[in-house]
Amino acid sequence: MTETKTALGHLRICDFTGQLAGAGATRWLAAFGAQVIRIEDPTNDGKWDILRGSEPYVDERRGIDFGGGFQNHNVEKLGITLNLRTERGKQLLRELVRMSDVVTENYAAGVLDRWGFGYDQLKALREDIIYVSNCGFGHVGPYASFRTWGPIVQACCGLTFSSGLPDMESAGWGFSFMDHHGGNFMAVAILAALVHRQRTGEGQWVDMSCTEAGASMLGPAVLDYTVNGRPLRRPGMPNSNRSQFPRMAPHGIYPCAGEDNWVAIAVRNDDDWVALRTVMAFDDRDRFADQDALDAEIAAWTHTRDKFAVSDELQSFAVPAAPVQKPPERIDHDANTAAWGLWPSVRHRAMGEVRVDGVPAHLSETDWHIEHGAPCLGQHNDDVYGGLLGLSATEIDALRADGVI
Amino acid sequence: MATTGPLTGIRVVEVASEFAAFAGKMLADQGAEVIVVEPPGGHHTRTYEPFADDRAGIERSLWWWHYNTSKKSVVVALDDPCFAALVDTADIVLEAAFIDDEPHRQRRPELIWVSVTPFGRAEGGLRQATDLTVLAGGPVWSCGYDDHSIPPVRGGGNQGYHTAGVFAVASTLTAYIARTVHGIGQLVDVNMHACANVTTEAASYDWHVAKRVVQRMTGRHAGVTRTTSSIAPASDGRMVHTGVPPRSAREFESLLHWLDELGLRDEYPESFFLDMGIARGGLHISELHVDAEATAIFNAGREAMRFLADRLPAYDYFMGAQRCGLAAGIVYAPEEVMEDPHFVARGFPVEIFHDEIDRTAVHLGLPFVCQAAPGSVTRAPRLGEHDDEILGPLR
Repeated sequence: MTETKTALGHLRICDFTGQLAGAGATRWLAAFGAQVIRIEDPTNDGKWDILRGSEPYVDERRGIDFGGGFQNHNVEKLGITLNLRTERGKQLLRELVRMSDVVTENYAAGVLDRWGFGYDQLKALREDIIYVSNCGFGHVGPYASFRTWGPIVQACCGLTFSSGLPDMESAGWGFSFMDHHGGNFMAVAILAALVHRQRTGEGQWVDMSCTEAGASMLGPAVLDYTVNGRPLRRPGMPNSNRSQFPRMAPHGIYPCAGEDNWVAIAVRNDDDWVALRTVMAFDDRDRFADQDALDAEIAAWTHTRDKFAVSDELQSFAVPAAPVQKPPERIDHDANTAAWGLWPSVRHRAMGEVRVDGVPAHLSETDWHIEHGAPCLGQHNDDVYGGLLGLSATEIDALRADGVI
Repeated sequence: MATTGPLTGIRVVEVASEFAAFAGKMLADQGAEVIVVEPPGGHHTRTYEPFADDRAGIERSLWWWHYNTSKKSVVVALDDPCFAALVDTADIVLEAAFIDDEPHRQRRPELIWVSVTPFGRAEGGLRQATDLTVLAGGPVWSCGYDDHSIPPVRGGGNQGYHTAGVFAVASTLTAYIARTVHGIGQLVDVNMHACANVTTEAASYDWHVAKRVVQRMTGRHAGVTRTTSSIAPASDGRMVHTGVPPRSAREFESLLHWLDELGLRDEYPESFFLDMGIARGGLHISELHVDAEATAIFNAGREAMRFLADRLPAYDYFMGAQRCGLAAGIVYAPEEVMEDPHFVARGFPVEIFHDEIDRTAVHLGLPFVCQAAPGSVTRAPRLGEHDDEILGPLR
C-alpha cells in the first residue's frame, strides 16, 4: 500500500454530531483523513439521528443500518456505541476525550453538559481540547433552549422569506440548505480553532448558532434596511429569480421544451444584452424598464427549444446560461461533475456499493478520499475499544453484556 | 482590521472578485490579514447596488461594504512586479480569475493558492456563470412551488456564491493545516458548479441510493411523495414554520398541553390521535406510509400545529411552540432578524461607523465566535486605503 499524504490525518475527533448540520462538518474532516469516531447511543439504536434507518433505501431491506441519507453524510467515519447513562460509559468517554483533539456535537443546547461533559469538564480532561457545539440558536441567549431543524433555521434567519416570486408565498428552500451550511460553517469553525491551537497551544469552545450562520449570508439585503431603511418585506419583493444586487436584466428561469424543463439566463451587462438580442433576434430597448415584457418574449422564444441547446447557444456568445438540471442529468450525464469525480462509490457493510456526494474542491497535494461507507451501528467497537483504548476481547464482551456499548 | 481572531498571523492576498469575496470576508473577519488587490479605478463590485442613502459612488456600495469587511485594500495591476512581490509575503492567495499559479508557487513552494471558478480550473473559463446559473446546475430543481407551470425558484441572496465561499474557506484552512504538518503549499481548486451540486440534500442521495427523482413543493422539502405544507399563515397574516411534526410521546404530550393551555383541545377535531401518539410511545419516521396508525397520528400532529398557527399571531406561535419544546419557527424577513431580542442579546448585529454617511450602520456579525480569540467585523476598506502600509515596503 502506498502511503498517501493527508491534510488532517494527525487529528482525532470525538464526534457526537448527527443529522446533516453536524454530520456534514465531521464528514469534511474525515474525507481529509481525520479519524472521526462517531458515538451513538445503544439504548435507542442511534435513532437520535433521524436519518439512521430512514428512506431512501437501496432495496427492500429496512432497519437502522439502511438509511440512505445517513450513509451519505457519514462516510469515512468510525462508529461506536456508548451508553452515557452508565458510569463505565462515562469513564470510557473520559478516556476517549483525553486522546482526542476535538469534541463536536449538535444536540440541543445543554445536553452534553447534563451528561457531565460540558466545556469545563472536557477541558479538565484535556487542557487544549477544542469543543465545537452547533445548534439552532446557540448555547447562550433567550432562545438557547429552542429546538430546530434545518427548515426552521432557514425560516428564522431570513433565508426562507428571501426565496420566492412577487406576491406569492415564500418558495423557501426545497431542502435543508442550512443543514448543509450549518455543517460547512461548523467545519470552518473547527478548522479555525485548530489553526488557533497550532499557533498558541490554546483550546477553546466555539458556540455556533446555525441561525446566525444563515443570517450572515444575507448581507446586502440587511444593509439596504439598516442603512437605507428599505426592508425586503415590501410589495413586489422578494423576487429572487431576478437580480437586485448586482442589478441584472433580463434575469430569470424560462420554460423549455419537454416536461418541467427550464433554462436560467442572466444578462449581466450591455455586451450580454447585445449577444442575447443577436441570438433571439430582439430589438434594442430599456432592458430594465421593460423587464416584464422581455421575460414573456424570452419565454416565448425558449419554450419550444431544448434547454441544453439554448444554454449552449447563449454560452457560445458568452452569455451566462445554464439548464435547470434534474438529478439524473447532473449526476449521470454531466461531463463536468464526472470529470471532477464528484460522485464516488463507497462500500457500505450492509448496503453494499453505494454512490455518494464527493467534495467540490481538489487539493493538489493532500486531496480528499471517500472510499468507506457510513458505519453500521457499533461497527467499530472492537477497533476503538480494543485497538485504541486497549481493552481485551473479554472486557469488550463484558461491556456489551452490561449494556455499556 | 480584526486584531484578534483564530486566524491572526495569516496573510491572504485576495484578487478582488465577485466569486471569492465572501471567502475573503470570512477569513478577514476571523482575524486573517486579508489584502484585497484592486485594479486602478477600483474593482467593479464597488459599482454594485444598493448604495448608501441611494447615492452612487465607489465608496458607497453596500455590496462592497458587506463583502469586504475587515480587509485592507491596495491598488496594483496584476502584471506590476509589485503584485508578485506582494504574493511573496503571503501565506495564501485567493482568486477567481484563472491566474496562473505556477510562477508564484515555484518561487514560493509553501504558498497556498486558492482558485474559485465556475467549473474548476481544468475546464477553464469556457462557460460564463452567475449565481443564478450556478444554482441552476444543482439546487434550483428542488425549489419553487407545487404548481410546476411556475418556474422553479432560485433561493435569494446569491447563495451560490456563498456556497462556494464557505467551501473555499474550509479548503483553505485544510490546506493551511496540511502545510503546518507537511511543510508544503498547494493548489486548491474550488469548483462552484460542484459546490452547488453537493448542496442539494436528498435530491442527490435519493438518486444515488434509490434512483428516485424528488419534485419541488411550495415552501418545503422536495420529495418523491407529496407532503403537506409546513409554512402556514398565522392569525396576524405573517407566516410561521410549523416544523417537523411531533413524533415522540413527550412531544404529543406537549402539544396537548399547549392546546389545553389555550382552551382549544375540544376545538381541534383530531385530539384523539394525539392521545394515541402518547399511548403508543411515539413513532419513528420510518413507520410513515408503512404503518397506517403511525401515519394517522403523525398527520394529526402536523395538522394540530397548523390549527394553532391559525389561532395565534406569528411571534406568539413561535414562542408558544418552543416553550412547549416543539420545534417550530417564524418566517422572518432578513431585516427582522437584526431586531429580534435573541440575536441582539448575543451581540450578532454589529455597529460600524462610516464617514460616507457620517453615522454608524448595523452590519451582520460573525457566523461563529471563537471564544478564546473572537474575530471582529470592521469597516470595509476604501480604494487603495492601505497602499502605503502594504506596498510601501515593496516598491
